[in-house]
Amino acid sequence: MRAGVASKRNLMDSTLVVLAILDGISYAALVFLVSVGLSLIFGVLRVVNVAHGSLYAYGAYFAATLSIAVAPISPWLTYPALIVAAVVIGVVCGGLIERFLLRPVYGREEVLQLLITFAVFMIMDNLQRLIWGVQPIFASEPLKLLPNIEVLGVNYTSYQVVLLPLVAIATLIGLRYFLRRTLAGAVIMAVTEDREAATAIGIDATRVYLITFMIGATLAALGGALALPTTSLVPGMGTDMIVLSFAVAATAGLGQIEGTAVTALMIGLARAFVIYIQPEFEVLVPYLLMVLVLLIRPHGLFGVVTTRKI
Amino acid sequence: MRLKSRTAAVLAAAALLVGVAQAQDKPAEIKIGVTTFLSGPASVFGVPGKAAAEMIVESLNKKGGIAGVPVKLTFIDEGAGGEALVSNYRRVVQDEKVDVTFASISSGSCNQLVPVAEDLKVLNFMWDCGAASILEARKYRYNYRTQANATPEMLAILVYLLKTKPDFKTIAVINQDYAWGRESWEIFSTALKALKPDVKVVAELFPKFGSPDYSTEVSRLLALRPDVVLTTSWGGDLDTLVRQAGQRGLLKQSTFVLAIGESSIQRLGNDLPEGMIVGARGDHWFLHPEKKSDPAFKAFNEAFKAKTGSWPIYPVYHMAQAFAALEATYAKAIKSNGGNWPNREQIVDAAKGLQFSTGFGRPVTLRPEDNQGLEAQLVGVTKSVPGYEFKVLDNMMIFDPTAITTPAGTKSVDWLKTLKPDFITMNVPTFKH
Amino acid sequence: MAGWTSPLRIVAVAGFALAAIAPLFVPSWATLVALILAKAVVVLGIIVLLQAGQVSFGHAMFFALGAYASAFWGKYIGTGDLMVYLVLGATISTIAGLIVGLFVVRYREIFFGMLNLAFSMVLWSLLEKMFHYTNGADGIRVARPTVAGFSFTPDAFQYVILYVSLALALIAYVVVQRYLDSPLGHMLKAIKSNETRLEYLGTSARRVLLTGYVLSAFLAGVGGVLVGVIQGIATPEFGFWTKSGEFVFIAILGGFGHALGAFAGAATFEIVRYYASAQLANAWQLILGVVLIAIILYAPSGLIGLMRRNRPREGGE
Repeated sequence: MRAGVASKRNLMDSTLVVLAILDGISYAALVFLVSVGLSLIFGVLRVVNVAHGSLYAYGAYFAATLSIAVAPISPWLTYPALIVAAVVIGVVCGGLIERFLLRPVYGREEVLQLLITFAVFMIMDNLQRLIWGVQPIFASEPLKLLPNIEVLGVNYTSYQVVLLPLVAIATLIGLRYFLRRTLAGAVIMAVTEDREAATAIGIDATRVYLITFMIGATLAALGGALALPTTSLVPGMGTDMIVLSFAVAATAGLGQIEGTAVTALMIGLARAFVIYIQPEFEVLVPYLLMVLVLLIRPHGLFGVVTTRKI
Repeated sequence: MRLKSRTAAVLAAAALLVGVAQAQDKPAEIKIGVTTFLSGPASVFGVPGKAAAEMIVESLNKKGGIAGVPVKLTFIDEGAGGEALVSNYRRVVQDEKVDVTFASISSGSCNQLVPVAEDLKVLNFMWDCGAASILEARKYRYNYRTQANATPEMLAILVYLLKTKPDFKTIAVINQDYAWGRESWEIFSTALKALKPDVKVVAELFPKFGSPDYSTEVSRLLALRPDVVLTTSWGGDLDTLVRQAGQRGLLKQSTFVLAIGESSIQRLGNDLPEGMIVGARGDHWFLHPEKKSDPAFKAFNEAFKAKTGSWPIYPVYHMAQAFAALEATYAKAIKSNGGNWPNREQIVDAAKGLQFSTGFGRPVTLRPEDNQGLEAQLVGVTKSVPGYEFKVLDNMMIFDPTAITTPAGTKSVDWLKTLKPDFITMNVPTFKH
Repeated sequence: MAGWTSPLRIVAVAGFALAAIAPLFVPSWATLVALILAKAVVVLGIIVLLQAGQVSFGHAMFFALGAYASAFWGKYIGTGDLMVYLVLGATISTIAGLIVGLFVVRYREIFFGMLNLAFSMVLWSLLEKMFHYTNGADGIRVARPTVAGFSFTPDAFQYVILYVSLALALIAYVVVQRYLDSPLGHMLKAIKSNETRLEYLGTSARRVLLTGYVLSAFLAGVGGVLVGVIQGIATPEFGFWTKSGEFVFIAILGGFGHALGAFAGAATFEIVRYYASAQLANAWQLILGVVLIAIILYAPSGLIGLMRRNRPREGGE
């Protein structure tokens, strides 16, 4: 083992820049998946879903349960297990939340809708501990199946630097295509533009809200399921993710899909660089960015002003 | 906290009167309030700790209890957070009127509760929290630490490292960003500078407590290539760090020192490779070389495994120490009282200078100057052996506490600066698995 | 506004009297009641903003500033006096409220909420990570202060802080309820219903909201000092988003139509949490969440609203 040499000068050299970029991209991929669901839900339903972090956590935990169940049969089954877990949580939990807890309060003050999701977050957080316990859970089979990649002398897992960004890109393209090119997407956009007019021409706005919430919830759960192989699942993982994804979505502009991807990337890269240069400020980065952006452009970097501000 | 002298005199007189006037009959039960983590990440310590307490009390009560009085337990969840913790602690002491408390696991909880215990005049055993500063900052009458603190724990790790790998040139640290992570590094690095000044610290990383992802930190360490990486992380954070580092080959590239890794060994299983230096916050290991043939030790371990599914880890033995200390305290107090049941203040005083043993490790002494426990330290290296699905410890050294614990009346950091490099030549027995 | 014997006023008097007397019989309640009162003071500020239809998800930052002001004094200067802590904490949080307020009052609804959240998370991350100044995640101990020059035994102090909190809470309650009934308070409501009307009257909506915002920051700072002293500690969690959420939760639970809602909500929240975390350590969050949903769905004016509903001849809203 040769002795490492480090000084502030070295930290700026090209090797570390490349490494920081790779780290930033893999982090941004996961954050994007969770944030885009939140953004979509707000864009269409005008509800800030505080329970989004819990959906992320449930996606991870349920994926762990399924992974541990199927891994003895064949480790490759853990990949479909992740997807199945995400869809089940998104559809079931998301559906239940929208249908029974959010629907009664549409049309009421926004703060009440937000507080309902806050209450849901408290309940789901507590239930999570009762269902899956408090011991850390680990299920990293999917990651181990893929080889390592060496970049400039540093090992990376291809799961993190190849698979996750690919999934994020696929999701981005998929969402864009869905919203802009399909009929279902057009229906969603119509309801977003003007719910009354859409209802007038026969669109079932209630169903659109339900489907949209389910899609957003599935994306959050997918983020959690994909995060599972890289990390230990502990109680409280949802609490940090919700405020982080909110910061990303708000900075991008709530409802902006592509903007969320760009912002996630920005924040991911900023965080990685900060860890290399001045690690204490790692946690500060997303929120400082959020403050700065919102002060200058309150609708977010990519937000479009559609209504009066006051 | 100053008392007005007249109030003090009145209170003292009242206490005396109450003490004398109380008929000292044996109470119906001895009530113990235990704070432990039942939720949150530290529940990996708290839940086994609770199981241990329940097991110990069950077997105690089968034998009639402590000095013939049955024991009753109340648990307080440290995981409920600062406000609820202090409120619940007060309620348990003032309303439920427990005779003694065992508080706490986290140094943060201890920082809050130790002054409260002193205020409420209840005997408290700091059964698991490691911050040396608590007892160094102030003298307490009611608070005793029935285990070591961060200084001997980190010093033992350092001496082990210097004895087994004397030629390393660079080191990096990655600790959780809170008091334990910061203090443990301060102790280790101050001592390192005194014992081997030519070592270069190439990175000091303090990721947020509970961070789910260390990828960037791992990348940085892979790039910097330190000879040694120290971490005092625990629980889910340590699991994640070890796995992420292992997946990318960092564990092979640098020698990892897991200062309190004993608690993660079983959970990590095959994800923990051989050759990792591991500490146990005391001489705690379910295959303790000096005790592993002892029938009582084996019975305890088997009973714990039957109850919880895992072998005991150090918080379990720390809990046993608190109970052993309590039993010894009552025994000593009864003896000093001529066989009669002692009052509260006599019990508190009996804990001064106490020596006790669980039988699961070396005896512990409570130093009379500052109530700090002197506990032996075990450090070993991970090794694969048949019969276990996880790594066991080999090449274990057990350190005598007197040489490695800060002398009473000194602050740890000041004392560590005075160490000389020949400190590591101390004679320490080595045990194979 | 109804007269002297209105049911709300009777409840208020009874509640405060109970708060003053009951802990004398059950000592462990002294700290609990003091906490309830201190938190209610913070929630009064939230209620002020809710009158204007604005929810701040960042008021934990002013709460944290109050607590840390006391803690820093103790850490860097030495044991202080409670009056000093209060003045210092209130001043710092009021100034911070003015500075932040100047930015946030330009926005409404979700943007108002978001920007407040962002500021408070910035403060939280600084408190959490600037270890050498703030001691990081473990926080800083707040040593027991003297009160107006007198020092007290621990037993006595828990009552002293209780009565100080009670006095401050009473003053805050009266002041806030008066403020809400005053023309300025009614202008706040105008921001919620139709802001343009205000502008036509010649008043600046921003200035009205800013006044309310600074008042709420002041209240949060005072509450922060009290809680810091009661708990003996200031931690970064005081500034985390869940703490802001807790204050909003309490406001909705109690009912934000009347200042008494802050007390009703705080009492209910803390009592449920205190006993539930003792008896049902595994389920208190669940219980509180269900309670909140029930309130929102069936009693959106909170507990106070429930009470008022049963007295149809009550004047006012």
